Amino acid sequence: MALAEAKRATLAARTAGLTVVSEGWLGTARAAARARLAAMGLPARRDEYWRYTDPTSLTAADPSPARVDGEEEETPVFTAIDRVKLVFVDGVFDAKASDDPRLAGVEIERLAEAAARPGHWARDLFGVLEARGQSPVDRPLATMNTAYATDGVLIRATARARKPISLIYIHKSETSDAILHHCIKVETGADLTVLENGPAAARFCKVMEVEVADGGSFHHVRAQGPDHERRAVTHVFARLGARSMFKSFTLTANGRLTRNEVVIELAGADSMAHVAGATMGDGDFHHDDTVFVTHAAERCESRQVFKKVLKNGAVGVFQGKILVKAGAQKTDGYQISQSLLLDEDSQFLAKPELEIYADDVKCSHGSTSGAIDETALFYLQSRGVPKRAAQALLVLAFLSEAIQEIDDEAIAEDIRGRLEGWLNRHAR
Amino acid sequence: MLEINNLHVKLEEEDKVILRGVDLLVKPGEVHAIMGPNGSGKSTLSYVLSGRGGYQVTEGSARLDGQDLLAMEPEERAAAGLFLAFQYPVEIPGVGNMTFLRTALNAQRKAQGLDDLSAGDFLKLVREKAKALKIDAEMLKRPVNVGFSGGEKKRNEILQMAVLEPKMCILDETDSGLDVDAMKLVADGVNALRNGRRSFLVITHYQRLLDHIKPDVVHIMAAGRIIRSGGPDLALEVEHNGYADLLAEVK
Ligand SMILES: Nc1ncnc2c1ncn2[C@@H]1O[C@H](COP(=O)(O)OP(=O)(O)OP(=O)(O)O)[C@@H](O)[C@H]1O
Ligand SMILES: [Mg+2]
Repeated sequence: MALAEAKRATLAARTAGLTVVSEGWLGTARAAARARLAAMGLPARRDEYWRYTDPTSLTAADPSPARVDGEEEETPVFTAIDRVKLVFVDGVFDAKASDDPRLAGVEIERLAEAAARPGHWARDLFGVLEARGQSPVDRPLATMNTAYATDGVLIRATARARKPISLIYIHKSETSDAILHHCIKVETGADLTVLENGPAAARFCKVMEVEVADGGSFHHVRAQGPDHERRAVTHVFARLGARSMFKSFTLTANGRLTRNEVVIELAGADSMAHVAGATMGDGDFHHDDTVFVTHAAERCESRQVFKKVLKNGAVGVFQGKILVKAGAQKTDGYQISQSLLLDEDSQFLAKPELEIYADDVKCSHGSTSGAIDETALFYLQSRGVPKRAAQALLVLAFLSEAIQEIDDEAIAEDIRGRLEGWLNRHAR
Repeated sequence: MLEINNLHVKLEEEDKVILRGVDLLVKPGEVHAIMGPNGSGKSTLSYVLSGRGGYQVTEGSARLDGQDLLAMEPEERAAAGLFLAFQYPVEIPGVGNMTFLRTALNAQRKAQGLDDLSAGDFLKLVREKAKALKIDAEMLKRPVNVGFSGGEKKRNEILQMAVLEPKMCILDETDSGLDVDAMKLVADGVNALRNGRRSFLVITHYQRLLDHIKPDVVHIMAAGRIIRSGGPDLALEVEHNGYADLLAEVK
């Protein structure tokens, strides 16, 4: 079917300024992505998958400017964690600000550097998981990312990493437009934690492809930064081998627009994937979690836990799907999406889906929207807890099921700290 | 200590009147019991005193040591020394019991100009009080009242009271749902807090509790009013004859 003229025009305008010359396997992957993208076009409001989130600002030729609020007022995260810091400023790697990337059992390279090397491991990953994730739903912004990403890191863990790799995204220019593409490979028996934080740019498009080999473990915790006016679309594409583990948690506070897509394929038996998100939005805030988990092997477990706290007209979206393929017997799939609406102006839109082609599976999903429990609030107050603090306690309690998905207690404590800071500043 | 004068209360959202002129004076160190038929307004009185929303005071006053309770936020009333052991303790999933207790205690200390209790001192305090009430440590780790049996919830109320050390304690049917041994524990917990200054208002349907917690005065509430007050014998009279005679007398 011919692509509508409007979509073609949008795509041409959006990619006009994006020229990336890549050599070797990277060049090949990018050329293929450009061809796929030309056939798809960029998302438009009418597209079913973008029904609840208007992609216009993500597909516009230029980013809308976004004020740099700075990190000062936001409670810092991960600062006390011993980690390897890799810093990107408006989407450009900053070697000076970064730590020495040497870490036992882990290889870290910049995307552009690896392109020159034929037979690089990333060749089988870059754009590959992204392309697999295009079915059954198109994700053109991810393809655009593969085609035009200007920077990114390749991380390969061959053993248990002694400390996390921490990707820090600094936003400095009010009109920055960043496209980053990372590839992560966790080899058999290896264990890696990747942290991400910071607003990154006025407009940010990111893809992270993660391959976890048999028996590998991958932990991902991110705190999507402050800067109220920023816009971001991010994708995680993960493929899991047998007996492997994947855990991803995202905290989002602020940001005019955020769309976080997570696409997971449980390809090997007995693997486990948990995706969780805690979101707090105040005012002009639109946050969309779009998750697609495919069970393609036996005895795998997946969990999706998404919680959103919304006030002053903030909008939360959840589109989550569990697809159980024929033969994926003994699947254990769980999905919950809940919102706590602190006033009547805020809105939560949820589209939970299950599609099951195996007969011996256990899958559950639920979605709720509610206000703060007045009885619990009074109970706390009657014990002397001031109303604001009581509200904060109840909000944290509401989010706790998502935060519990973070295995590392020190990291979880940081996330709670940022949440508390946000709640203090945004108390009515 | 607690002085209630001609208190009239209706529901905020409806035209339903619940309290129709309650008068009550509890002096320091005294234990008063309130009995009365279901729906007579006992819990409503306790809620209005502690500041729950949804009620409207149309007339009258309530003072704690001379302070106008009705003008205060619920947390201010708590800091002023008022405590209500709920008839139906509230479950709060996601908030740990210890976090809850510690937040409450430190909030009250702050309101009184005191520093936070250190983590160690707090733990010691709670352990000691919990032990006396035979509340095991596992229970304290769980979220507030979640998965607690009826009796455990009631004991948890008394634990909170023991930790917060209020000066005016209102117990709303704390004995309901307790087995004989648990009732004894709860009564012991209450008696341990009696010190000649602290006052209690004990709402109950059963004389049995009053065998353990000896009241100075017993009140009978009916249709939103205290229709009779007397000594401990009044509770015995109710136990034997029910409320019919008393209600008839008023009419
Ligand atoms: N929020 C409310 N909405 C509607 N009716 C209410 C509300 N609160 C109290 N009432 C009504 O007011 C009356 C008094 O209730 P209350 O709970 O105070 O009685 P009580 O004396 O504590 O009874 P019990 O012995 O059964 O505990 C009842 O008829 C009750 O239904
Ligand atoms: Mg009652």
